[in-house]
Amino acid sequence: MNGVHDLGGMHGFGPVIAEPDEPVFHARWEGQVRALMQRTVGRYYNLDEFRHAIERMPPDEYLRSSYYEKWLHAVQTLLLEKGVITTEELSNGHALRQAPPPPAAEISPALRARFRPGDRVLTRNAHPKGHTRLPRYARAKRGVIRTVNGPFLLPDANAHGREPDWQACYAVEFSANELWGADAPANDRVCVDLWEGYLDPEEQP
Amino acid sequence: MTEDHEHHHDGHGHHPEAPSELEARVLALESLLIEKGLLTSQDVDQVISVYEHDIGPMIGARVVAHAWVDPAYRSRLLDDASAAVRELGLTYPTSTQLVVVADRPEVHNVIVCTLCSCYPWAMLGLPPTWYKSAPYRSRMVSEPRVVLEEFGLRLPTSTAVNVWDSSSDLRYMVLPERPEGTEGWSEEQLASIVTRDCMIGVARPQIPAGKAVG
Repeated sequence: MNGVHDLGGMHGFGPVIAEPDEPVFHARWEGQVRALMQRTVGRYYNLDEFRHAIERMPPDEYLRSSYYEKWLHAVQTLLLEKGVITTEELSNGHALRQAPPPPAAEISPALRARFRPGDRVLTRNAHPKGHTRLPRYARAKRGVIRTVNGPFLLPDANAHGREPDWQACYAVEFSANELWGADAPANDRVCVDLWEGYLDPEEQP
Repeated sequence: MTEDHEHHHDGHGHHPEAPSELEARVLALESLLIEKGLLTSQDVDQVISVYEHDIGPMIGARVVAHAWVDPAYRSRLLDDASAAVRELGLTYPTSTQLVVVADRPEVHNVIVCTLCSCYPWAMLGLPPTWYKSAPYRSRMVSEPRVVLEEFGLRLPTSTAVNVWDSSSDLRYMVLPERPEGTEGWSEEQLASIVTRDCMIGVARPQIPAGKAVG
């Protein structure tokens, strides 16, 4: 989805500010949220569903929320949607029934890759309403395959409970000029991990 | 890893002090899951303890230092990083695949995740807030040299910047170049100058004043 989470290339967020001697957790609740997530992910929801639950936050809320506030929102949303907890249980503070058994995990098949390192590709100009890992700044751009990895589950399907779709995932190299125009430094490159379904072979002129 | 929970806010809203309403929400969810047998309160303590004490940049630094002294290991690390990490007796989870990218005089590497906050946490610990922030995620792909300068790293135009925007299943880590003046150092000494920021790619290893072997 063309959500506010897709930040690459956006302007106006100001300088990067590092916090000196930043602690691992700023308060105990952050660690609690992390534990809640780690003990339920991979059992009742997968990481793609988790990321998409964060992306579905209203954009103003997304930008206002701290990292672990987003996590809390996603964990609670998904546990409710998957029927692990109910709104009634949340409001009265007690479990009324057992959690359902978690579904079985997927086994990955052997890698079958359409492209090889050095192949020239063109990314698709697609704007799916659901989860995707093809960022806006890298759509309809020409790149070169650097490495071939996977197979990994296509996040676009895996975030929405669709049939598992195992695909090769490539580190695709784009020149900064291709992504950002002629003013970008000529030697600079951005490599983006992209699933096979995001790519077409580049038509040679 | 620090045990210090004292914290001064930077005033930029990255970490609002947890309001009690938020803590109450977390506690409510936690107690429901405990009642349902999905979680114990020891789990929470354990998760917090692991990230505060066991997992951190010292793991990545050990791998970098070993790669600096052993060229054969370096090439195995660049070929299959997850396996090379396990070879040192360290753990690397099966949930993601580690990729190590090596700096060269003509190429500087740096990592970002523009869509969320993918990070090689098994090697570096949990990411700093700035790594997860909108300024870093929005700008590192489009104006990396400007961001690197804000971190105090000015690169000549002859050095190409290679940004890696990671996508969930692969986690990137930078293998910086070994600085001159570290000849004869032990792996432990070498690891001591490899910081988290060096392995993200926003800094380069520095020899502390007075530490150079003369």
